[in-house]
Amino acid sequence: MTNHWRDIKNADLILINGANPAEAHPVGFQWFMRAKLDPQRGPGKGGGAKMIHADPRFSRTSAVSDMYVRIRTGTDVAYFGGLMNYVLQNNLHHADYVTHYTNASFIVSKDYSFNDGLFSSYDPKTRTYKNPKPPPGAAVDSWKYELDGDGFARRDNSLQDPRCVFQLLKKHYSRYTPEMVQTITGIPKEDFLKIAQMVGEMGRPDKVMTIVYAVGLTQHTTGSQLIRSAALLQLLLGNMGRPGGGMNAERGHANIQGNTDNAISWEILPGYLKIPQPGQKSLDDYIKASASKKLDPNSWNFFGTNYKKFMVSLLKTWYGDSATAANDFAFNWIPKPAGNSSWLTIYDQALKKKMDGVILSGMSATSIGPDSNLVMQALSNLKWLVVMDPFPTTSSEFWHGPGMTPANVQTEVFQVPCTHWIEKDGSFVNSGRWMQWKDAVLPPQGESRHDHWVLAELLYRVKALYAKEGGKFPDPIMHLTMDYKDPRKPTLDELAREVNGKDLKTGKQMVTFAKLQDDGTTTAGDWIYTGSYTPKGNMSKRRNGVQDPKKNDPTGMGFYPQWAWSWPLNRRVLYNRASADLVGKPWDPKRPGIKWDGGKWVGDVPDYPPKMSPTDPNAWLPFIMNGEGVGRIFSNTMVDGPIPEHYEPVESPVQNALHPTVSASPVVFLYDKAAKRENRFGTSDEYPIIATTYRLTEHEHFVTQQIPQLVQLQPEAFVEIPTGLAQEKGVKTGDMVRVHSKRGEMHVRAVVTNRVGQLTLGDKKVWQVGIPIHWGFVGVAAELQPEKSKYWLANALTPFVGDANSRTPETKAFLVNIDKLA
Amino acid sequence: MPEPVGFFTDSSVCIGCKACEVACKEWNQLEGNTPSWGDGFDNTKQLDAENWRHVKFIDNVPQGEMLTGNGAAWLMMSDVCKHCKNAACMEVCPTDAIVRTEYDTVYIQPSVCNGCRDCISACPFGVIGFSAKTGAAQKCTLCYDRLQANMQPACAKVCPTQSIQFGTLSDLHAKADARLATLHAQGNDKAQLYGRDDSIYGGLNSFFLLMDKPEVYGLPNKENAVLPSRNNFKSYLAAFVAAAIGVFAGVKALSGPSPSSGESTGGTA
Repeated sequence: MTNHWRDIKNADLILINGANPAEAHPVGFQWFMRAKLDPQRGPGKGGGAKMIHADPRFSRTSAVSDMYVRIRTGTDVAYFGGLMNYVLQNNLHHADYVTHYTNASFIVSKDYSFNDGLFSSYDPKTRTYKNPKPPPGAAVDSWKYELDGDGFARRDNSLQDPRCVFQLLKKHYSRYTPEMVQTITGIPKEDFLKIAQMVGEMGRPDKVMTIVYAVGLTQHTTGSQLIRSAALLQLLLGNMGRPGGGMNAERGHANIQGNTDNAISWEILPGYLKIPQPGQKSLDDYIKASASKKLDPNSWNFFGTNYKKFMVSLLKTWYGDSATAANDFAFNWIPKPAGNSSWLTIYDQALKKKMDGVILSGMSATSIGPDSNLVMQALSNLKWLVVMDPFPTTSSEFWHGPGMTPANVQTEVFQVPCTHWIEKDGSFVNSGRWMQWKDAVLPPQGESRHDHWVLAELLYRVKALYAKEGGKFPDPIMHLTMDYKDPRKPTLDELAREVNGKDLKTGKQMVTFAKLQDDGTTTAGDWIYTGSYTPKGNMSKRRNGVQDPKKNDPTGMGFYPQWAWSWPLNRRVLYNRASADLVGKPWDPKRPGIKWDGGKWVGDVPDYPPKMSPTDPNAWLPFIMNGEGVGRIFSNTMVDGPIPEHYEPVESPVQNALHPTVSASPVVFLYDKAAKRENRFGTSDEYPIIATTYRLTEHEHFVTQQIPQLVQLQPEAFVEIPTGLAQEKGVKTGDMVRVHSKRGEMHVRAVVTNRVGQLTLGDKKVWQVGIPIHWGFVGVAAELQPEKSKYWLANALTPFVGDANSRTPETKAFLVNIDKLA
Repeated sequence: MPEPVGFFTDSSVCIGCKACEVACKEWNQLEGNTPSWGDGFDNTKQLDAENWRHVKFIDNVPQGEMLTGNGAAWLMMSDVCKHCKNAACMEVCPTDAIVRTEYDTVYIQPSVCNGCRDCISACPFGVIGFSAKTGAAQKCTLCYDRLQANMQPACAKVCPTQSIQFGTLSDLHAKADARLATLHAQGNDKAQLYGRDDSIYGGLNSFFLLMDKPEVYGLPNKENAVLPSRNNFKSYLAAFVAAAIGVFAGVKALSGPSPSSGESTGGTA
């Protein structure tokens, strides 16, 4: 989240897309309800914030929303694009903000174009947008700004130049008329215009809107762009950086934000530093290719400018005294993946028998999929599989799962019992970036070990083997620091200190990342967490909260700066310089983020130099992290286009209404095709029904299948079917049905309801159904119904394809058919 | 004596998360029943010995691409023992196991209950269940043990949207009245309080804000919420009159010339 949970109470309008906070985040949802019940909030004269839920199904969130609209899954770019078009056509954007706080005025290269669904520089052979002469990591050439003699982007603050970002944006979304939105999303034009009217009002400085999303936007082949389209709308309305505004991702696990920050994803190092690439021979090569360039004389370009300091401090954390200026701080000891190494790629490699083993720690490949049957096939090609989990999972048990013949599985499976999070201390970083320490509730049960002890032991033994037997390239392993009291059993307190980093000259904990150095005198395991564990102690343990709101929330805005710790630097709202106007006055004095008091910035921890006067001619632009210094409406950091465009899901019942010849994303990587495996995508002739998957409030993914009281609340897999479709199929609630896709099938109960329904897409009518994901062939419910539970894996249906940028699987939009079972 | 306490359950903000059900089971150490399918969202199905909170789901969502939620289309309501002023269970209990506590709540003393189950058939809301494990009738205690420790009941404590509010009845009545006024002002004409006044069994210590008629939630409306009990003057009077007529008829029959003339009026004594 750019903002945080409690901040949602500050919003006038709440757009919820691809999320179901009442069910997935019931505790955080209290802040939505407070906004709704607060008479000072809301469009017009107030009377309570309005909550608009656009979702494939009417969920428990819709049940308390002011307005629910049924949207076709995966079409949110059309929804947000249509809203942007409405805002732009009616001049409802926040003009000052757009001119000065976004790159609307930047002039784009003459080589940039967008025609019939394709951006410039497309190469159909490789299905990528290509850079003619690519240094590693560089962006597509034609997606660049026009530069002046000093290397800065040319700007037109009147926003009239036909090649300025504003005009390109206006042109791009002029195609997204309310009629087009209706054809693509299925939302009737009149209803869409009601929403647009409310949204349009949020461009006023005294109004503010938040957009809340979750994996309902992420898990699509266009996932990154779905999210970007919403962010663009927020930039146009001037809602980024403001309390009550922002782009707020709800994370699906208690600590998934912490995981992401600490590089759970293959393409980043801790703190969102890029993974080095082959061809980058030195640290300088890497910095040159990775760090953003300053594109405006008043841009601070903080991340780009300090990239090397953060990277060197990270390398010093990992390699200690072995990382020296002479060996480029051990830069060449860390991996430079030659190809994509995402989750889907790991299974793809296993399918090609190019993987020996996999360690699954705290995740269940089989249940998560996509295409669980293909995943099980991939796992059965491994020599070994280690499952680190407190409980058996569908992955530890895959070898005797449905459709598997144990004799044909060559994989040796090791179940390593690990502690559950209630058995360890450590921190959770919530969706709002708050790092909150917790204590262990129970001691480890039985012979279980902490995950980090298992990994430490593994390293200890691998080092011993290297010492005894030697081996290829020992340096990266042998020099890895394990600077803990017991290197085989590090404590989480020690790890938290290490993540924060220290000054090697004084031995003291660092207080801010602004003091990190690129000469090897500082460490930081994750620079964005520097400041979380200072000489004063572990900041995430702080608990000065609602027991004394006057003292602990001095601004009254709900920042509670002495409660736990929020990255970066305990800042509660990111980009908060943008919450104030050019001279430092809050856009809305009733809801200030920060303000200039004549000598310093006060309020939240400023996302800006604390004493930099906004009227200083050399004052930095508001978005200090990127090269532009302003919010990027046009961005060359994506692989599938600088402006979000609607593409159909890979499995869709309709052609793209905007450009039928380029229907789905033209740059999505097609694994089966590339590997010359059989096609596993279905068509609407065989599979005419749109399906999406989701969570329910009663379960947390798959692990709660082990908790009897939660299994009582939700004991059996089901599919939600629209009343009309159920009538066609002769199905009523409780009947068993077979839901099948090109890839697999489920046998589940039917729940017949108007909460899901039919979509009218142009002249075509299509049914949309919903499938909760929580069940499988392992757990309390499965033991009660072993035969039935063989067909409970929702991801047996989902397609093996992912987002063009992140390769997050498209588990939210695919095609199925449904038959009644006898 | 402490002030009378109770629950105000505001169904307009209930999100059906069932945290109340789970917290109740955790605190009161209820194992729950063997998992079994209900209808997808309501798999608890009823209040019983193992379920002292039960979230009802009533799907009245109409067909359409654009719908209004606001708590009025897919109704959710966390049901619980009503702690009636005129508690039928208490009246029929032959061993005085069911008592009114110092907090004005209705409590089954497990050590006194003999398991006769009269209370189960007497309860007009189907709240009470018999536990084979304890051999006693069981239901919500309004967390009697927590109240004694000055803690609020577990369900109210965990409710994330303040749908379940605990407090003194006078406070809760004021909050409920204000909430109802807001909803009416917003045009939610069907919103109504249930058990706030004495029309339902003399008043309910755990009362509700409903978004539709009580019947929609499977609750007796005020015409039906009539307890054939000594507290109900009208029915008591009716019974008395009937009895008097019966006695009179019987006496008359015995004293009359024809032994068969009194057959049709049979006594009630």
